[in-house]
Amino acid sequence: MKITKKEVEYVARLARLALSEAEKEKMTAQLDSILQYMDKLNSLDTKNVEPTSHVLPLNNVWREDKVQPSLSREEMLANAPEQAEGFYKVKKVIE
Amino acid sequence: MKFEAVIGLEVHAQLKTKSKIFCGCSTQFGAEPNTQICPVCTGMPGVLPVLNKVAIEYIIKTSLALDCKVNPLSRFARKQYFYPDLPKNYQISQYDQPVSEHGYLDVQVDGKTKRLGITRIHLEEDAGKLLHEVGSRQIDGSYVDLNRTGVPLMEIVSEPDMRTPQEAHAYLIALKSILEYLDVSDCNMEEGSLRCDANVSIRPVGQKEFGTKAEVKNMNSFKGVQKALEYEIARQIKVTEEGERIVQETRLWDADKEMTFSMRSKEEAHDYRYFPEPDLVPVVVDEKWLAAIKATLPELSSQKKERFVKEYSLPEYDAGVLTADKNLSEYFEATIKGYANPKAASNWIMTELLAQLNAANKTIKESLITPKHMREMLELIDKGTISGKIAKTVFEEMFASGKMPDVVVKEKGLVQISDEGAIAKIIEEVLAANAKSVEEYKAGKTAALNFLLGQVMKKTQGKANPGVVNKILKDKLS
Repeated sequence: MKITKKEVEYVARLARLALSEAEKEKMTAQLDSILQYMDKLNSLDTKNVEPTSHVLPLNNVWREDKVQPSLSREEMLANAPEQAEGFYKVKKVIE
Repeated sequence: MKFEAVIGLEVHAQLKTKSKIFCGCSTQFGAEPNTQICPVCTGMPGVLPVLNKVAIEYIIKTSLALDCKVNPLSRFARKQYFYPDLPKNYQISQYDQPVSEHGYLDVQVDGKTKRLGITRIHLEEDAGKLLHEVGSRQIDGSYVDLNRTGVPLMEIVSEPDMRTPQEAHAYLIALKSILEYLDVSDCNMEEGSLRCDANVSIRPVGQKEFGTKAEVKNMNSFKGVQKALEYEIARQIKVTEEGERIVQETRLWDADKEMTFSMRSKEEAHDYRYFPEPDLVPVVVDEKWLAAIKATLPELSSQKKERFVKEYSLPEYDAGVLTADKNLSEYFEATIKGYANPKAASNWIMTELLAQLNAANKTIKESLITPKHMREMLELIDKGTISGKIAKTVFEEMFASGKMPDVVVKEKGLVQISDEGAIAKIIEEVLAANAKSVEEYKAGKTAALNFLLGQVMKKTQGKANPGVVNKILKDKLS
């Protein structure tokens, strides 16, 4: 096995995913086969191949530093589950 | 056992762009909550970030000023964590390919120059702000203001090269000065446009390996950084001497209690799972662009200091004080424009003006005494219209009201008396009234002369020209 159930639980916790026992088993198996496929890719010699982080053959795409109108606060807050006094409202976060 | 500290600093500076890093929302500080946000900076589904070119240029400028090597290709990366001030649930930052690396900053500590390494400079987006109370009113949750989300943030990471809190303080002062000279950040710690976290550990003097470090956060002034480091170093030495182990952790500085406290929460798993940002293409910086930006670099404080010494024959010390702050150096140069005595101007600015501004908690930009006020006051002294002593009265009035010096002199009747006849008359009166002191002086008690001089000044409310008084007084007594 390339990955353990414990690692799947860890990754799920980082991603704030609640997985059932059955899902954990399923994910472990699926991730394991993905990682095995990675091993297959790794067997290729890529010494002279630049790593690809982007499929577009582009760089330096900019915007100029110009202020554009923002959306109104009402629009921006419209879909918030909770709001108050012009703020998004969340459960109390104490640092 | 003797210990030494090992300190590295992470400085975050908000860049002074007009618009945010990936969208056109304004970066203006102090707006009503959530009025400078849009689907891009709040991470709505389906939006795409587009990089603000000026943000990259500001980072390159700073990199050049700090002698960092600008990477020909840099990339953005996603740093993933969950927190309510981060609407996308990831921060676009840079990871293994930052804009620049391997620079340094020379600082002066105790009259010695120390070179402090800069590890890297990278660009990222700022997060929003959380409120846990409104003013002093408690609220039954936390409020999120996303105006700050997406403001371009420059992170400057130093090497662990500092050994004392004083060195850390000197580094911050020097770095802030450079960012201000470059005009890339407001560097206002109270408004949060400049923030600093410190990594600190201790080790026995002579040991090469680093000790276990603590990350100290929540300092809101340079003095606070210095104090927090002093506290934290003493704490780590005490823990070690008591035979306990230092724990790697994040600690928060409490400025009121002047202590650091362990931030026990959310310590688990600082596993950010960085990966290359798929929504942004790489940044390629070629020699031509680099040269063009280099050509726009302004004169920095160290160069300006040298020039002040050469061009205005100022002592090193004066030049250092005047150029540490860009605005102050500009104030000085505006003052001496067309004025022939730079040292006199330097004296007044360094002593009187800085002291008064400090006492009033004002910046040089807020000074009611403009360079024009200062220059005209100096000219009044040079012409003999007012004495240096009266100038202090004029200065205080200008500082408080912003009135021009000639107006103050006229309104308060402060014109210096230099007329020899008038002064001689007053001296005769004083001598007649103080026969005893005159005798003492003639008997060889030179201190009596100062007393008589003081009496003349008192009689003229300080307006008599001291040089003229001195001369006539001596003539009359001989």
